[in-house]
Amino acid sequence: MTSSQRRWVFLAGMIGLVAFLLWGLLGLPGFGHYPGPYGSIINRIALRQTNATGTVSAINFDYRGFDTVGEEFILFVAAAGVSIVLRRLRGEREKSAIDEAADRNAPPTSDAVRMAALVFTGPLVVMGWWLTSHAQTNPSGGFQGGVILATAFILVYLAGEFLVFKRFSPVALTDAVEAIGAGGFVAIGLAAVGIGLAYLTNYLPKGEVAGAVSSGGTIPLISFFVGLEVAAAFILIVAELLEQTLLIRQGSA
Amino acid sequence: MQYFPFVVVAWILAVGLYGIVTSRHLVHLIMCLIVVQSSTYVLLLGVGYVTGAVAPYYFDITVHTPAVDPVVQALALTDVVVEAAVTSLLLAFAIQAHKRFGTLDPQELASLKG
Repeated sequence: MTSSQRRWVFLAGMIGLVAFLLWGLLGLPGFGHYPGPYGSIINRIALRQTNATGTVSAINFDYRGFDTVGEEFILFVAAAGVSIVLRRLRGEREKSAIDEAADRNAPPTSDAVRMAALVFTGPLVVMGWWLTSHAQTNPSGGFQGGVILATAFILVYLAGEFLVFKRFSPVALTDAVEAIGAGGFVAIGLAAVGIGLAYLTNYLPKGEVAGAVSSGGTIPLISFFVGLEVAAAFILIVAELLEQTLLIRQGSA
Repeated sequence: MQYFPFVVVAWILAVGLYGIVTSRHLVHLIMCLIVVQSSTYVLLLGVGYVTGAVAPYYFDITVHTPAVDPVVQALALTDVVVEAAVTSLLLAFAIQAHKRFGTLDPQELASLKG
């Protein structure tokens, strides 16, 4: 099939798909006319039940905690998948990370990049930890906190070299942190089963003041483990992708 | 006008799919898949919006203040994480495809098969 034929077949199918989609979407209550009731009910009871001021986190780490376990493991499996797909294949060998062509005329990392990376690394670590450890007051806690923490490590790579990045995030440590993050979430859920409650019941004291560090029961604790898992998974994925540049392919070396 | 966000959803989906079908580069194709998935964010957040309502954060407002649906926001969050994970895996596949076939053009990849 030529590419223009393919395009016509696609356009015909696309018109049908969009027509059906719009037909379905126009049957929804209009924009701004949310019919409820689940969101409205949770908005009314989440603060009373969990003392978490951030309702989205209360849903993610408490009401829909079981779904979030699955979601966390999607990330876990994806990181494992990247490692497997990018493993050293037959005929590939790893080049030493020492620059073999030191005399080539590669531009050094500019001072502006170095400076910006240095300036941002500290605040990013603080911000990532704050988001991760205060899930009960902000949206999504460990998920975005973990990504921001991983970004701090990637800034180290930008400012320095791959070797520095590897020294800051050794694979064995990152692997262990990822496993602890994924396992910790499951363990918190199983602890609830151990004391005779349903899996992932929020069994810790919810605190006195809504939105305080101690409020939310298991919400900040789960968020902490999710943050570890997300940060480690992203560091692993980035490290795997960067390591590809050190592989020499058969025939090209 | 109250259905405009849903029209945007259909448009983003259609544009992304068109990009996938006509793509000549695997990385471009993966980016188009992200565009397709972005339509779900607009749909989720559009469905949960309440006219004149605030974000569902009860730090300095009472629980009786009208707020938008937090459930769809939690779902959109899930969506973002899954998208990041899937994208990284697909990019890894693209790297291996380039190693093996020396090209990232999906149409040439098909003709190299076998």
